[in-house]
Amino acid sequence: MLAAILVMALGAVLLGAALGYAAVRFRVEGDPLVEKIDAILPQTQCGQCGFAGCKPYARAIAKGEAEINQCPPGGDEGIHKLADLLGRDFKSLSAEHGIEKPKSVAIIDEQACIGCTLCIQACPVDAIVGAAKQMHTVIARQCTGCELCLPPCPVNCISMQPIAESAETWKWKYPAYRINPAPREAA
Amino acid sequence: MTSYLFIVLGAVLVNNVVFVRILGLCPFMGVSKKLETAAGMGAATTFVLTLGCGASFVIDRWLLMPNQLEYLRTLSFIVTIAAIVQLTELVIQKTSPLLHQVLGIYLPLITTNCAVLGIPLLNVSLRHNFLESLLFGFGSAVGFTLALILFAGIRERLEAADVPIHFRGTAIAMITAGLMSLAFMGFAGLDKYK
Amino acid sequence: MTVLQRLFSFNGGVKPAYNKEASTGLPIAMAPMPAQLVIPLHQSIGGTPRPLVAAGEYVLKGQRIGGADGDVSSAVHASTSGTVVAVEMRLMPHTSGLSARCVVIQPDGREEWIPRQPFDYRGATPEQTRDYLRDAGVVGLGGAVFPSYLKINPGKSGKLDTLVLNGAECEPFITCDDVLMRERAASILKGALIMREMLGAARVLIGIEDNKPQAIAAMEAAARAANEEAGHPAMQVVAVPTRYPAGGAKQLIRVLTGIEVPHGKRSTDYGVQCFNVATAYAIYEAIALGQPLISRIVTVAGNVARARNYEVLFGTPMRDLVDLCDPRPDSDRVIMGGPMMGLLMPADSVPVVKAANCVLVGSPKLFPAPPPEMPCIRCGECAKACPADLQPFELYWFSRARIFGKAQEYHLFDCIECGCCAYVCPSHIPLVDYYRFAKSEIWARETQKEAADVARERYEFRLLREERDKQEKAAKLAARTVAARATAAAALAAAEKPVITAADVAKKALITAALERARAQKAGVRQENTGNLTPGQQAEIAAIEARRAEIREMAKPHLRQDD
Repeated sequence: MLAAILVMALGAVLLGAALGYAAVRFRVEGDPLVEKIDAILPQTQCGQCGFAGCKPYARAIAKGEAEINQCPPGGDEGIHKLADLLGRDFKSLSAEHGIEKPKSVAIIDEQACIGCTLCIQACPVDAIVGAAKQMHTVIARQCTGCELCLPPCPVNCISMQPIAESAETWKWKYPAYRINPAPREAA
Repeated sequence: MTSYLFIVLGAVLVNNVVFVRILGLCPFMGVSKKLETAAGMGAATTFVLTLGCGASFVIDRWLLMPNQLEYLRTLSFIVTIAAIVQLTELVIQKTSPLLHQVLGIYLPLITTNCAVLGIPLLNVSLRHNFLESLLFGFGSAVGFTLALILFAGIRERLEAADVPIHFRGTAIAMITAGLMSLAFMGFAGLDKYK
Repeated sequence: MTVLQRLFSFNGGVKPAYNKEASTGLPIAMAPMPAQLVIPLHQSIGGTPRPLVAAGEYVLKGQRIGGADGDVSSAVHASTSGTVVAVEMRLMPHTSGLSARCVVIQPDGREEWIPRQPFDYRGATPEQTRDYLRDAGVVGLGGAVFPSYLKINPGKSGKLDTLVLNGAECEPFITCDDVLMRERAASILKGALIMREMLGAARVLIGIEDNKPQAIAAMEAAARAANEEAGHPAMQVVAVPTRYPAGGAKQLIRVLTGIEVPHGKRSTDYGVQCFNVATAYAIYEAIALGQPLISRIVTVAGNVARARNYEVLFGTPMRDLVDLCDPRPDSDRVIMGGPMMGLLMPADSVPVVKAANCVLVGSPKLFPAPPPEMPCIRCGECAKACPADLQPFELYWFSRARIFGKAQEYHLFDCIECGCCAYVCPSHIPLVDYYRFAKSEIWARETQKEAADVARERYEFRLLREERDKQEKAAKLAARTVAARATAAAALAAAEKPVITAADVAKKALITAALERARAQKAGVRQENTGNLTPGQQAEIAAIEARRAEIREMAKPHLRQDD
């Protein structure tokens, strides 16, 4: 009996010492994974995932505090990429966080704009140009479609317009052919 | 000499840990979605299993058997393996944080991998000496890695293929594993050398 | 002078029916002037040129109407003299059916040229010559329309070993290069000589498929003449075995020189550059005659009674050309290019552009609808046929499952979309459509990623700016508080301890002096009636004083001592 206890105790002490040494010797600082996750996220900084931007969401995913299916602008495509990177299972986009919408840009109706600068303060990528009592306008190329400027506007003059297909954005279609069922013969 | 060769051959192909002994299925199913992660897992398990077999042999032959403490075998083997796995996890976290993140929970689960406990116990029952234990452990782990890599390659192809809806995911993976197991049974008799 | 030199072979390729005889019976004809020329601004790879004219302006033939914009861009010119009707969006010759900005010109029939003079390329620097070619609108006329001024660059080493002229024209139905070589061989070779000088090439190899014996003979004769004139045998015409796609740049380079240009590398790194014969002709016209690129030879073939080659001004509607050749009644489509690599046009009213080497009229009989796509049986025929040594079935699997990372690992972007794989597939899978889909998806994703990176930078800068503003405000507030506190403390200290200033001292001195004067004055003032007294008055005073003293003595015990 005593021998058994001594043997186990000896084993525990030796292994514990070895692990303690290893824990100090192989200490790891920082977390490069967050950068990799952030590179996949679409950077709209819209907050639909429930976090204050793309970087905080990336940190939460890395810590395991958030699911990978909370980002509507990234869409199913983004979820697949995250699933591949992290080895997690693919989950379809979580309905409570939003739906995937076609890419849009904000446009300000200049007749209605009163120059209050509230939308300029709201835009996370500084895509709105203007000053107090001056006309505001959205730089379409910089707009990510995050829709954060719509709520603050007191005269509701901002609307989202889907980006029209142009020669630069046109893509070849997936070559799927519709299979038509053969007409039924009269019995 | 040939006996050592046949021990390794037997462990890799004839008595493959996953396909013939049906041990270690948890990481086999869980980590084999991508080829790189499967290879990483296989390498980690090889390291753990070889060291584990050696350490278990030493503990068993020179600590437990002289003191008639054979009943402590399972307990002490598990403790040793747990320590080795922890060490492996620290090393992997340091050298490849991405692999560490991708393997995720499966890395510490090597501790509970029935293959990683089963092979040292088999060493004891087969009465291998130290070198034979090491080779047996190493061969089994190589067989495990082989199974994992083959399966990962097939699963990558399955992702692009036209699998019927109800078979997609784990179902077709299980069927594939069964078919591969049938194939590996064909190696039976390869290591008989008399 | 087909020198018996060693020819190499490339893997794969197919031998379809060529159907070239129909369009080579007659010489090149000039296409008649259309009622309106619709000239798209974007006719080459790279950025869209900016319009240099506006509606209502009069333009001369060869006048620049679109200026090159950006690093990779080529100018566009008016194909004839006339009035600019509009600069507006019109249907462009692309499968998408989208519109692009075009300059619409109403010809005035006078065909008045801009002043033309040859360009002295020997006297100019290479950059000046390249700028001249850019502004002359010269692009690759083999179909890829890559701006030639970028290709006429000898690369890092400063000179090339071999200049390859591509007269192979491997695609069925197309014969524009064939007839060009038959009729204008001398001009082509003059252009080749110019290019040879600019590239510093040691030799010029002209590759022509051996199904064009007349073109070979014409080019050989011209080459002989050119070599005699130059004095050394730099030009060689080489007949290459007919196989599609021997006219692919990398394939032709391999056949003529044996060099296999690997993935990701340019042929100039290996001392070779390849140009189409029509491009050489265009360079000759631009430099030796001062004429910008305003027309090209176009084959009109397919479901027509009289297939022929025409010299067509850019901007001519394809319908005009088709009508010239008497299309059969069951024609239902127009393809720009050949049957292997051509693009289906959305309508036959689209204009002829620099990329249009052929206008192919199709019908259900000539190009029957493909049978339905069947599952891939991994037979490997496509890999055997691929001239770029790729694995089309792997590319197909991954493009189909939208696993684009793996598709790129199998070198998707090295695919030249020649169509050999789809041609041989026993399951009738439209393989090239899958690759085009995958490529455009990958490009779209890359653009998205770049936009996301820019957005991330802007967001982080905005956070930084807000932080900086906050800090500046806090710093200002702190500084103000400190300053306020300091002034308050100073005021308090001044009130407790009066400071004796020089003014105070002077004031005091004045007061003292005034007091002194007053005292002195008081002291100096004497009772004046006691001076100069007469003895009688003195006696009286003495008597009064005595009497006062007597009364005082008597009153002393009765008075207090404060008298």
